[in-house]
Amino acid sequence: MIRIALLNLLLLAGIAALTTTANARGTGDLGLVIERANGSIQIIETTTNSSLGRIEGLGDLSHASAVYSRDEQFAYIFGRDGGLTKVDILAQKIVKRKLQAGNSIGGAISQDGSLVAVSNYTPGGVKIFDAKTLDLVVDIPASYGNNKQTSKVIGLVDAPGQKFVFSLWDADEIWVLDMSQPDKPQIQKFKDIGRNPYDALISPDGRYYIAGLFGEDGMALLDLWNLDKGVKRILDNYGKGEQKLPVYKMPHLEGWAMAGNFAFVPAVGRHEVLVIDTQTWSEAGRIKVHGQPIFVMARPDGRHVWVNFAIPNNDTLQVIDTQSLNIIKTLQPGKGVLHMEFEPRGEEVWASIRDNDQLVVYNTDSFKELLRLPARKPSGIFSTSRAHKTGL
Amino acid sequence: MRRTPLLIASLMGISGLALAEPSSSRQGELTHLLKQDCGSCHGMTLKGGLGPALLPEIIKEKPTDYLVTTILEGHPNTAMPGWKTMLSEEDALWIANQLKQGIN
Repeated sequence: MIRIALLNLLLLAGIAALTTTANARGTGDLGLVIERANGSIQIIETTTNSSLGRIEGLGDLSHASAVYSRDEQFAYIFGRDGGLTKVDILAQKIVKRKLQAGNSIGGAISQDGSLVAVSNYTPGGVKIFDAKTLDLVVDIPASYGNNKQTSKVIGLVDAPGQKFVFSLWDADEIWVLDMSQPDKPQIQKFKDIGRNPYDALISPDGRYYIAGLFGEDGMALLDLWNLDKGVKRILDNYGKGEQKLPVYKMPHLEGWAMAGNFAFVPAVGRHEVLVIDTQTWSEAGRIKVHGQPIFVMARPDGRHVWVNFAIPNNDTLQVIDTQSLNIIKTLQPGKGVLHMEFEPRGEEVWASIRDNDQLVVYNTDSFKELLRLPARKPSGIFSTSRAHKTGL
Repeated sequence: MRRTPLLIASLMGISGLALAEPSSSRQGELTHLLKQDCGSCHGMTLKGGLGPALLPEIIKEKPTDYLVTTILEGHPNTAMPGWKTMLSEEDALWIANQLKQGIN
């Protein structure tokens, strides 16, 4: 009996060793795709462009995003239902899952990777968790006015110095939260930044935080190196008082579509991409595009900017040349183009085509379609290369 | 019984015509739009997001023609757009009724 047990044990150990060896791989070429209707994610790899597997049980992912641990082994996924899920993308399993609020919109990971922050609609505020255990570290309700109400929080990003920066949709405020002493969080508030900030981004160096405004034409700029100078209004009145179109989907400000001194951002309620001169923060141009832009994303080398659109124009992708500011390519991959993600050095781009239940991969020089992979109502695509980028 | 003529009268008020139900294929498209596109603000299960929750227990209190008008014309000073470029009155009425019944 003992011998058989021993034999079994040895056999099991042998299998375990084999499995470990077979699974040993880096994660730098991995990514995940949100499957919004099923509460699942797919793990993809971009060396040979394939799907490695699917993880289920992540709740309501109808609006979801992800950040990575700095070792690129763990992803933190922020779901619509307030779920925060830590996933081991190598082992392809959920490590920990927590329903931390009723309704949430996004998240960020701190500079040192020790803290994960989630921005919530209900109850409005930001919660900070220990990245290892997902234990709550601090709860920051986004109270405003007479302190009896809380605002929906949007545009949450990490910033250097263990900071998080976010905006209050209902309260027209930007808050800078310093978590360098986790037991003594410090908050600096900037008020009257402009009506209804809808999303925000931070420049790759972590210096400039820019919130887009839904309630008026313009953006709010905060220089994190010079907080005493306060918030500056930029692109003021870009709509020139014209009636804007109905906005069928809120644009997203993710990363920083930047090329040379130019930054590219979606115009709200207009079929235009706005070009900002980052030396002067003034408008340097506007580019007529196919529809209302949602994501305006620069290829990693900054040579091209890719744009997708709101319904009813969400079957199209356009590519802008950042030197000439001309549209050089229009692609129609299928209905419901929700998101694009460049491979780490930008030679290929992945896009999710929701209504086709497909992912499509393009070569970014020839614009040739390379392949399509099945995915269930895919939305956000998140590559592990984000792990080392401020604000992503 | 007394409610029926009133309901018809209010529907006539919206369109000036009796409203037909959308075809079954159109209903499929509308369900997709409701979940996926209304869902980008109201949540795919309509539990709310940037926009308010649209669950039956909240919606059933609202008059149908108010819902139809909001869907077609939008809601001023909020992020709710008017969908009349993409939806007919029949479509909007069908969606309003779906919301009252609940889609989940």
